[in-house]
Amino acid sequence: MKRIALLGMPNTGKSTLFNRLTGSASRVGNWPGITVELLSGKILLGDEMVEIIDLPGIYDMHGFSEDEQVVRHFLHENIPDLALVVLNAAQIERQLSLLLQLKQFKLNMVVLLNMSDETKKLGITIDVNKMSATLGMPIFLLSAKYGTGYPEALQAITKALRNSVPSMPESVRKLIAQDEHIEREMAQIILQTVQIPARLPDNMTNRLDSLLLHPWLGLPIFFGFMFLLFQAIFLFGQPLQGVVNALFGWMREHAFGPLVGFLPAAIQGLLLDGVYNGVATVAAFVPLIVLFFLFMAIVEDTGYLSRAAFLMDALMAKMGLDGRSFVMLLMGFGCNVPALMGTRVMRSRSLRLLSMLVIPFSLCSARLQVFVFISAALFTPKAAPVVLFSLYLFSFATAILTALLFKRHYPNTEPFVLELPPYRFPTFRQMVMRGWHEVYQFLHRASKFIVAGVVLVWLLTNLPPSAAPASADTIAGMIGAWLHPIFSPIGISPDLTIALIFGFVAKEIVIGSLAVIYGMSGDALSGTLASQLDWVQAYSFMLFTLVYTPCLSTIATLRNESQSNKFMWFSIAWSLTLAWLLSFLFYQAARALGY
Amino acid sequence: MMLSKLNPGEIATIISIHTDEALHQRLLAMGFRSGKQIELIRKAWFSGPLQVRIGTTDILLRRAEAEKIMVQL
Repeated sequence: MKRIALLGMPNTGKSTLFNRLTGSASRVGNWPGITVELLSGKILLGDEMVEIIDLPGIYDMHGFSEDEQVVRHFLHENIPDLALVVLNAAQIERQLSLLLQLKQFKLNMVVLLNMSDETKKLGITIDVNKMSATLGMPIFLLSAKYGTGYPEALQAITKALRNSVPSMPESVRKLIAQDEHIEREMAQIILQTVQIPARLPDNMTNRLDSLLLHPWLGLPIFFGFMFLLFQAIFLFGQPLQGVVNALFGWMREHAFGPLVGFLPAAIQGLLLDGVYNGVATVAAFVPLIVLFFLFMAIVEDTGYLSRAAFLMDALMAKMGLDGRSFVMLLMGFGCNVPALMGTRVMRSRSLRLLSMLVIPFSLCSARLQVFVFISAALFTPKAAPVVLFSLYLFSFATAILTALLFKRHYPNTEPFVLELPPYRFPTFRQMVMRGWHEVYQFLHRASKFIVAGVVLVWLLTNLPPSAAPASADTIAGMIGAWLHPIFSPIGISPDLTIALIFGFVAKEIVIGSLAVIYGMSGDALSGTLASQLDWVQAYSFMLFTLVYTPCLSTIATLRNESQSNKFMWFSIAWSLTLAWLLSFLFYQAARALGY
Repeated sequence: MMLSKLNPGEIATIISIHTDEALHQRLLAMGFRSGKQIELIRKAWFSGPLQVRIGTTDILLRRAEAEKIMVQL
């Protein structure tokens, strides 16, 4: 039986044509020289049955993608009686290259310029007769979509088949042999020099998946795992934080203090209680940040995040989001800014905006510092991790609530298709690099905002000079008093109000500004907070900190990514409203219950 | 039959893909192609996405998308 190979670039309507030619009578089969199966069908042409084989769409006869290798091997081993080349007429100037490459193969060819309906709309005209004469092969315009141009093409195909003698000149065989040589060389070089990170054998990935993606156990395992992770961060991070704190305290007493001893008292205060205390308090979080990103890098690089997308997609779909939104939400636990930028993979604008509206509720590492410090100061070592975990739950809850409330304004029909990588062990180097990169980013942000921030806080809490530092007569005290009617119903004192105002710039400053407001750092600051606040006030403060606008960088990113001031203001207004309402409900309910 | 109608563990052959052009391109890039073998690995809870395997590549896709892919057991 004679064979026709259907060739062409992707997206030329080749498969539509194949279906039209063969009807539904197609089958799948193996061919010599290749490992993938190809679709083929038998049709009656003239007075004989012929077989049509649909080859994968390719761009380059001498390329090395999987499909390009398949087509080359197929042609090498199974020279067709006729090569039916389908080109997209609307992109003819790009697609002609493939045709000329095929011409070198000296195959018996008929060319179909498909999508003639589109060329007409674009005003492109093709002189088919002239092209046919130039190339020395029959060329036809047709529209597989509307079925025009078929009879002429079929006639030409029948004619071309009648007296075909399949052969391949020696020069082409050499050319293909060259390509195959390159293929082998590629495989060998990759084998010898390219190290792909240790990958679990497939059956191990399968076994892990059957547990981690279990219909019922999958989600509980996921949340249990996350809980353990944050427990571990707390467990290892706290002692390290103490060490750094002690180090800075010692340096202040023995090095930095004596160094600035000759300066006037007010300047000394600014440098020691302002800059030094603020920076020292923030620096103490570096070990925590390193740990956090180390763990996140492990979770991400092992391929577990994509599994989380699989587990959560059904729920996310009910909120008008998809599994990728959930992954971005998790990435937001590191920092909201890259998570917001990560939504670029979504094509639908509605889906993107809704995702960007919920991502700022992710409890980022900067907020984590605030919560770690306050929960350690106000709660027992046993209760603190639970408090922290409850804040993560609130983080999810506010994101879910926001999505549910606004999903109707951002309807989305974007398909959800995602590749699931096999489980991989991240290399030690990968983890260290990642940790270092994040710490660098953190210190970079810190140097920008934190020093300026804590200096400003010090000025606000120490001016005018006549007022006692951090008293009601200072500028900060006055701002706090002025905002008191708004913040007293949620149990937040004027001092803490100042810290919240600075938290608007960056959450990294919150604890630093508390250090400046109270003129102390480390354990002394914890002690003061514990004596000034009860746990209800502290929790209300943390809730507010969790929900209101994360930081200026996030706002700037929101603005850039959405290209809409309206959207940015809406996001700010909504998060402030929600933060106040949530703290209000919590604070008043706790007080009403007698706490 | 539709890909979404396969049971976990079943292997079928892709016959045709009836999606819009953009998604079709993405599916092609991930290895969806008529004639290729596809295995349904598992379905997520609450009518969540499907996990399918083509060759050595695992792919997640929603049921709505899987309904647009015709396969033959």
